[in-house]
Amino acid sequence: MWYGFPFHPEQASSIAPEWDYLFYFLTALTVFFSILIFGLVFYFAVKYRRREKNEVPPQNEGNLLLELGWTIIPAGICVFIFGWSSELFMRTQRAPAASTEVFVVGKQWMWKVQHPEGPREINQLHVPMGVPIKLTMTSEDVIHDFGVPAFRIKKDVVPGIYSTEWFTATKTGEYHLFCDQYCGMGHSHMRGTVVVMKPEEYERWLSGQMNVKPMAAEGERLFGQLGCNTCHPGEGKNSGPPLQGLFGSQVKLQDGKTVTADEGFIREAILGPQAVAGYPALMPTFQGQMNEEEVLDLVAYIKSLGPPAERKATKP
Amino acid sequence: MSTVALESPPTLPEVHYLNADYGWRSWLFTTDHKRIAWLYLFAITFMFVVGGLSATLMRLNLIEPSGLLFEPASYNKLFTAHGLVMIFFFLTQSIPTVLGNFLIPIMIGARDVAFPKLNLLSWYIYMLGATVFIISLATGGIDTGWTLYTPLSTTYANTNVLSATMGIFIAGFSSILTGLNFIVTIHKMRAPGMTWFRLPLFIWSMYATSVIFVLAMPVIAITLALIALERVWHVGIFDPGLGGDPILFQHLFWFFGHPEVYILILPSMGVISELVAAGCRKRIFGYSFVAFSSVSIAAISFMVWGHHMFLTGQSVYAGLVFSALSFAVAIPSAVKIFNWTATMHKASVSYDTPMLYAIGFIGLFTIGGLTGLFLASMGTDVHLHDTYFVVAHFHYVMVGGAIMGYLGGLHLWWPKMTGRLYPEAWARFAALLVFVGFNLTFGPQFILGYVGMPRRYAVYPAEFQVLNVLSSAGASILAVGYVIPLIYFTWSALKGPIAGPNPWGAKGLEWTIASPPPTHNFEQTPIVTEEAYAYGPEEAHVG
Amino acid sequence: MSAEAQGATLVAEQFDDFEQQKHADTFGMWLFLATEVLFFGGLFCGYALYRSLYFEAFTAGSHLLKIGYGAFYTVLLICSSLTMALGVRAAQLRRPTSLTVYLALTWIMGAAFVYIKLRYEWYGDYVEGLVPGLHFAPHGEALEIINRFHATLPHLSLFFIFYFCMTGVHALHMVVGVGLLTTLLIFTRQGKNTQGNYNWVEMVGLYWHFVDIVWIFLFPLLYLIGGRY
Repeated sequence: MWYGFPFHPEQASSIAPEWDYLFYFLTALTVFFSILIFGLVFYFAVKYRRREKNEVPPQNEGNLLLELGWTIIPAGICVFIFGWSSELFMRTQRAPAASTEVFVVGKQWMWKVQHPEGPREINQLHVPMGVPIKLTMTSEDVIHDFGVPAFRIKKDVVPGIYSTEWFTATKTGEYHLFCDQYCGMGHSHMRGTVVVMKPEEYERWLSGQMNVKPMAAEGERLFGQLGCNTCHPGEGKNSGPPLQGLFGSQVKLQDGKTVTADEGFIREAILGPQAVAGYPALMPTFQGQMNEEEVLDLVAYIKSLGPPAERKATKP
Repeated sequence: MSTVALESPPTLPEVHYLNADYGWRSWLFTTDHKRIAWLYLFAITFMFVVGGLSATLMRLNLIEPSGLLFEPASYNKLFTAHGLVMIFFFLTQSIPTVLGNFLIPIMIGARDVAFPKLNLLSWYIYMLGATVFIISLATGGIDTGWTLYTPLSTTYANTNVLSATMGIFIAGFSSILTGLNFIVTIHKMRAPGMTWFRLPLFIWSMYATSVIFVLAMPVIAITLALIALERVWHVGIFDPGLGGDPILFQHLFWFFGHPEVYILILPSMGVISELVAAGCRKRIFGYSFVAFSSVSIAAISFMVWGHHMFLTGQSVYAGLVFSALSFAVAIPSAVKIFNWTATMHKASVSYDTPMLYAIGFIGLFTIGGLTGLFLASMGTDVHLHDTYFVVAHFHYVMVGGAIMGYLGGLHLWWPKMTGRLYPEAWARFAALLVFVGFNLTFGPQFILGYVGMPRRYAVYPAEFQVLNVLSSAGASILAVGYVIPLIYFTWSALKGPIAGPNPWGAKGLEWTIASPPPTHNFEQTPIVTEEAYAYGPEEAHVG
Repeated sequence: MSAEAQGATLVAEQFDDFEQQKHADTFGMWLFLATEVLFFGGLFCGYALYRSLYFEAFTAGSHLLKIGYGAFYTVLLICSSLTMALGVRAAQLRRPTSLTVYLALTWIMGAAFVYIKLRYEWYGDYVEGLVPGLHFAPHGEALEIINRFHATLPHLSLFFIFYFCMTGVHALHMVVGVGLLTTLLIFTRQGKNTQGNYNWVEMVGLYWHFVDIVWIFLFPLLYLIGGRY
């Protein structure tokens, strides 16, 4: 297959077979209508070819029933495809709750991958088979796009926001990872490999990585180094809000809006702080003082501080 | 009567628009819509050669997985040049400014467009834009892709983004003025008796196109101006580092960009209606449905831009709406295809070159349109987005559709424009080459996209090579198919046999006047008493 | 000489009669104004989006603008619209003297708008350090307002980018309008606009009113909005 004549990308994720069914259906539809139209056009062209120079055929105004027919039938087919494909799309957008997380930073022109357990990779992504993997991605510079054809997934990696995609690999092996959004000179070199391993092999691979610190631990170190801990234990007059159990909770902002504290919110709060209701707006911006990987470490640390349930318990 | 007329060999009229006046001034300061059409024809043919050459070099480079000729930096400039030239300096102008300029006043029975001086001004603006753009290419080029996505184009690209966007910005005003001119002409200059439902379908589609010109072009103008501003003053309109939103650019760009795609295909659909009617000697089946489908395509085209952005992280619910509307725009296109096919039923189908192009168009546009469904549906778009599947799809529409229509139209009206015929056998051969070469070039790209090859790759994994070589081989055939008409059209303009006023036996006001027409088209303003395509015997059209 | 015969000499050769030419000209102008709406539309969209994203900074931005200038421009432009409309009326009634007076009044108000905007308002903004890209370093009183609204500087600069783009494009249209008025004045001196063919005056009038209406949208959107009543 690799050096032969490829007709079909590998099916290596739980979505891939479902995606292929829809693709086959659309292909069949395309082939059917193309043959129908080509066939009719060629048949008419031969059967009703001009036989004399001054021939004038009988005229015809049209037919309302036919017009309605070929408006309504394609419309019906379209509604059917729309329903099918939208349902599939919605499922590809929501990662299962029990996903293993991996963080990705795109940069001209390489992919940097961080596992919460600590290992960092460049242009490679090792994942266990059969486990839903959720990628949280952002970019240091321009828009990139993280696509793995064998998994039938793809998502733009946009600077300034976190985007996510997920997959469950179903087959061990090595698969292409492409940057699909044109990102400048080295775009076509921004490729990598996704290595799908059996879970036990993956565990071995993880533990075989030398000198790694989990992301949360790295984040805790940064938290101290940047002096975040002087304001964020959550006590005192000029203190910031406590971060214990922040992740996943509802936060009321100064301007009255309520938002969910997800990864994106925490990133925003670090780089361009917004005042939270009941606290003074004293926090400086950290924009330009750390790169996206360090922000991700901090996010991982804050996430590790516990789920929202604990926070409720400590509230008066 | 008619047989007698046919036996005497046709002659050129003594005075016509081409020989009414001589010298370069009579061309460069002309306000005659027919001469302006020629000015555009020369200019855009040059741009087509520029765009075509860059495509040829790209296809050559892709023969080898590691790149046959160029470094990625140069390859990126090539595909950017190809896209920008073809879209902003060739296809946008092709049918509207050449065939539209030549035919709209004649088809509606007018002496000229409503604002002839403005028409000439449009050409000068276009030439200024094209010159700025060509200079920008010659002095280093631009490597952002034709979509000019931010923040790549505003902050990270080190190429001639500023001068290239300025060229496009200027040329955009040419299109706005052309569209404005056409709309006013079609509204206000119709001959007595030429009611809206007696208009040839080409006029309907040009009308729809002009509306898009007028409404979409200003948006790209202001968007390009914002890019320039951001580059010059390093402010953060689209740069997330400074609080800007790179996705806003995509919204603005595609709000123009998708209607722009219909600017390219709608005129071609209009031409095909004329080719099919003339080639079949038959009124187009379901005239009013075909007419309204043009207008509804133009209207819906403004509401589908988000289908280019399913994967940018835009709201899923916005995506649903955009997907549904994109399916909706497929239906009027399907209606056109079915009506053209039905017109051929029980017709008198000629095998003249224009009809061959029309048949090719119907088939290729069917494939181009249906593969659009793969991209309008969000589920499948996830995998196919930004792959060669997209490249193949839009080339089936833009080349298999728009260029086939343009070439077919040139062949149908060439005798009217020059008064001379082209060598039919060569023309049929070229049409066949274009059809075969085209399918061989872009057919394999569907598979390439399906197996995952991303677009805009200068180098690629080795397993994609076979399909790329196939595609490049097809491109060489296609190139030959484009060069042949260039040669025989040149020959025909100088030495071709005299055509006579109506070599096809077709209906329409343009075929009632001499070939080439006199400067003011009609000796007297014609009074229209019958519908378009009244091929039947006179009695059939009473009441 | 009857009006029709006199009108006929002014009809371009592609038209059948004066009536057709007048309709075509006016219709063309309206279409041109439609393209202008779309042209400004892109800017309005961007402004609306960023305003909703960076509410504090955009409110602070509004407070940093001098509302007196905005109000003065509004009065100026509404008056100039009135004189322009009276000018069109004068052209229709074939009164060269009053046409010249009205056009001149409109010209003066248009030119005053541009001059005051450049010389006083924008120059003032420049001195205060509110021009992104050229001199963006708010200080003194401006800084207090910024801090009061907890606005961040990058977001505030976005407000000013849009402020300068929108009012800049508008001012550019005013300059073009003043140029058109100049040509009209010359034509009127040559006696061209008051002999039945008042198309040019009418079309410049349409353009002028359009540019004024754009300002009527810009004034509240940039100056008034944001809790300063």
